[in-house]
Amino acid sequence: MALNYTKKTLNHFLKPKNIGEIKNADAYAELGNMVCGDQLNFSMKIEKGIIKDIKFMSFGCASNIATASIMTEKVKGMSLEKAKKFDWNTIVKELGGLPQQKIHCSIMAVEGLKKVIDNYEARNKKKKVKK
Amino acid sequence: MKVYLDNAATTKVDDKVVAKMQSYYLEKYGNPSSLHAKGEEAFQELHQAKSQVAKLLNTDTINLIFTGSASEANNFIIKGVARANKDKGKHIIISNIEHPCVLGPAKELTMEGFEVEYIPVNKKGLIQPSELKKRLRKDTLLVSIMTANNEIGTIQDIKKLAKLTKANGSIFHTDAVQSVPDVKLDIKNDNIDFLTLSAHKFHGPKGVGLACINPNIKIRPLISGSEQNKGLRAGTIDVPGIVGFAEALKIAYQGRQTKINQIKKLRNYFYNQLEKELGDISLNGDKDKRLANNLNVCFKGVEGEAILVDLSQKGICVSTGSACSAHNLKVSYVLQALRIKSKYLNSNIRFSLSKYTTKKELDYTIKEIKKTIKRLKNFSPIK
Repeated sequence: MALNYTKKTLNHFLKPKNIGEIKNADAYAELGNMVCGDQLNFSMKIEKGIIKDIKFMSFGCASNIATASIMTEKVKGMSLEKAKKFDWNTIVKELGGLPQQKIHCSIMAVEGLKKVIDNYEARNKKKKVKK
Repeated sequence: MKVYLDNAATTKVDDKVVAKMQSYYLEKYGNPSSLHAKGEEAFQELHQAKSQVAKLLNTDTINLIFTGSASEANNFIIKGVARANKDKGKHIIISNIEHPCVLGPAKELTMEGFEVEYIPVNKKGLIQPSELKKRLRKDTLLVSIMTANNEIGTIQDIKKLAKLTKANGSIFHTDAVQSVPDVKLDIKNDNIDFLTLSAHKFHGPKGVGLACINPNIKIRPLISGSEQNKGLRAGTIDVPGIVGFAEALKIAYQGRQTKINQIKKLRNYFYNQLEKELGDISLNGDKDKRLANNLNVCFKGVEGEAILVDLSQKGICVSTGSACSAHNLKVSYVLQALRIKSKYLNSNIRFSLSKYTTKKELDYTIKEIKKTIKRLKNFSPIK
């Protein structure tokens, strides 16, 4: 069955945005999908409650890479509070749709975002406690 | 450049086959079941095509039942034989790397009280005859083992497996769909009761499958209705398709060894170059007992579907039986059967060449794969 990715999805796969790992990041997250074996790593830099930078590494299919790419592009510059409410439907809409069996990739990208924010908040809490 | 390296999925139809088929659509279009001259003409042509196939496979014309696909042929044989002979036993043995169109009907039969036992393959994708021997029972009705695997291209010792099965008094079927032209099929001498083929795997038309049957073994039809094929498969006979099948099989077997050697040489060149350029790859399935056109390669640390989509953008068509591709997210059960480490299960690409593949195409593919792998590895968290 042909996958029929949209042009935009293919563009994000072929030229993904925000790939790599931020040095001295404020938060990190790693997540894997047990079903398809995909893996995503995120690193994030926060300034005054705003996502200053976010980068990802991927061992995943084309849509795994494309969804992470567009998600990072969208949340960069967003407040943490707003980013917490970021919906995977936005990714699907932005890409002009995803094949049904690839919808889970957009959900995984958002899970990654939540996880890296959680990691940031957990680290911050510790810092506050220390203070 | 356009490069098609997915010939295990389907092949380009040979020009000569198309040319041969054409007149059966435009001029000799009669229904071979009709009693008039046009029908008689079609009947004679059909008989000739069937005789040609029967001769090539060393069986009798009457044993050939053409179907709409290999899936239909496998369903017909497995369910038809089991249902018609259940008084003789309800134990069925199949390998764990069979095509879904064998696994499916076998599973269906378990709901009718049949017991299906799976023979494992070894790490190279081969079935040890001893594994079959120890599973054969008094009530083993049917053994079905594919001649060559569609994903990893491994070729089984069908002669030996059939001999063991027959010595046990059981029925032997082989899905030989991927085996043309590599294996010279010989139904009579190899003790094969039932055999499946499909024209589109050897440069013939799509939609033409073949079930070779043993007339001495009872079988129930899958599609009933009119009396075509002695009631074993109803439906208007696809004369152009069968003519195309016969022509394609004839061409496939002409100068067979020369063609196999030529493809094997190109394939080995391709693999050696890949290894030289990329280093971190490995071959799934036995190196020697495999189809001349097949390579199933593990690119460690890179996801298979990403490789496939990237190459597709460069005009190169390959396939992955692994996760995230096509219909579902399941990891290839064939690769799992080889007991490959789970971290490598999602990094595999199948390349399948044909007689039309050129060295120039392979050189282009190598050049592009190198770039693809480099790009994807660059942001892979798995090192």
